[in-house]
Amino acid sequence: MPKISLTVNGKTHTHEVEGRLLLVHYLRDTLGLTGTHVGCDTSSCGACTIHLDGKAIKSCSLLAAQADGSSITTIEGLAPDGELHPLQEGFKEEHGLQCGFCTPGMIMCAADLLSHNPDPSEQEIREGLEGNICRCTGYHNIVRAIQYAAQKSAVAV
Amino acid sequence: MIPSSVDYTRASSVGEAIRLLAENPDAKLLAGGHSLIPAMKLRLNSPALLIDIARIAELRFIEDTGNAIVIGAASTHADIITNPHLKGLTAMIEAGELIGDTQVRNMGTLGGSIAHADPSADWPAVLLALEAQIKVQGAEGERIIPAAEFFTGFFSTALDTGEIVTEIHLPKPAAGSASAYRKFMQPASRFAIVGCAASVSVEGGVISAANVAFTGVSDAAFLDEGVASALIGKPATLENIEAAASAAAEGDMHINEDHFASQAYRKHLAKVYAKRALAGACGL
Repeated sequence: MPKISLTVNGKTHTHEVEGRLLLVHYLRDTLGLTGTHVGCDTSSCGACTIHLDGKAIKSCSLLAAQADGSSITTIEGLAPDGELHPLQEGFKEEHGLQCGFCTPGMIMCAADLLSHNPDPSEQEIREGLEGNICRCTGYHNIVRAIQYAAQKSAVAV
Repeated sequence: MIPSSVDYTRASSVGEAIRLLAENPDAKLLAGGHSLIPAMKLRLNSPALLIDIARIAELRFIEDTGNAIVIGAASTHADIITNPHLKGLTAMIEAGELIGDTQVRNMGTLGGSIAHADPSADWPAVLLALEAQIKVQGAEGERIIPAAEFFTGFFSTALDTGEIVTEIHLPKPAAGSASAYRKFMQPASRFAIVGCAASVSVEGGVISAANVAFTGVSDAAFLDEGVASALIGKPATLENIEAAASAAAEGDMHINEDHFASQAYRKHLAKVYAKRALAGACGL
């Protein structure tokens, strides 16, 4: 069995894993980080989105072994305990979630978008989220939440 | 969905990957894994060993060699569409931006996509239209396969057992040449129902050379000689393009059909998207 060592939310973990273990199951079942969700399980819905070495990826379509040596950020690691990331605050303030199932993936994908495009247009936000599906169809407020975060981050800088 | 049991190893060089492939006949190469892992989760594919080649440095680069842009096979779709060397190869950028979504483009690779040869994948059509040369390596050494000879059928390529795609060479467009990619996509998977890549050379307002390639239409991506030959020697006008595009996907060929698009609808779309891609390449 491959032995993997990786950093998740700043903390190093080393485990022997089955070759077939998916990264999302490693995060949820081995590390107990259940903020990353499994939605469609076919790389369509984006609920499992995390950052692998700073880039948004779908953790249901990656083996844990592929992430050996990488640095991962999940929704739990986006802001220090007790604080909200501007995106988390935006989703709260703008009612960007209804059932909340897609929210971690939406936020992680939006964080990737804002990292290389800090002031996106509405169209750019909608295109940036093409890999994330909200079954409540609450897209309008999700876009507003991301606009809120972009504005707030711009003020903070 | 859980894949079947599989061993995993990471190759640190192309040579090591080739050796591991030769020693393990039931092994599969893993790059981004965005075709292979979903297939393994559905148990459509159950290799005994995965040889991860994604982190082999000699496979992940993009360089300008003077007369060509060379892309290492493990370059991701995101690497390609954000690389300044690709600027003149418009069809590559336009196709890459339409693959999957941000997350998929951050993992999926050019080499993986063409080796998998999904009949609805975007890159094969673009590589055909741009006359790419595909460098592969195996135990016997290296060889170059022109894109026109690479895609041989349904999920089939000219790769021999034990060979790895290492580089994709794209000739730089000459003055007066331009390319474009347009597709009608399946709204959930974002794969092409019909995708068309066009490359056109215009001299003094007249089309001197043209390539038109389709994906999604037949069991493999193909160059449509009927459309291309109807354009040569004609002024680059919308009227001439529309007339030439009407020859798209005609003749004795297999046309795909599924519950999204009938054969007749796909043939119709091929003509519409040939027109749009050609108009895009001609700046009309």
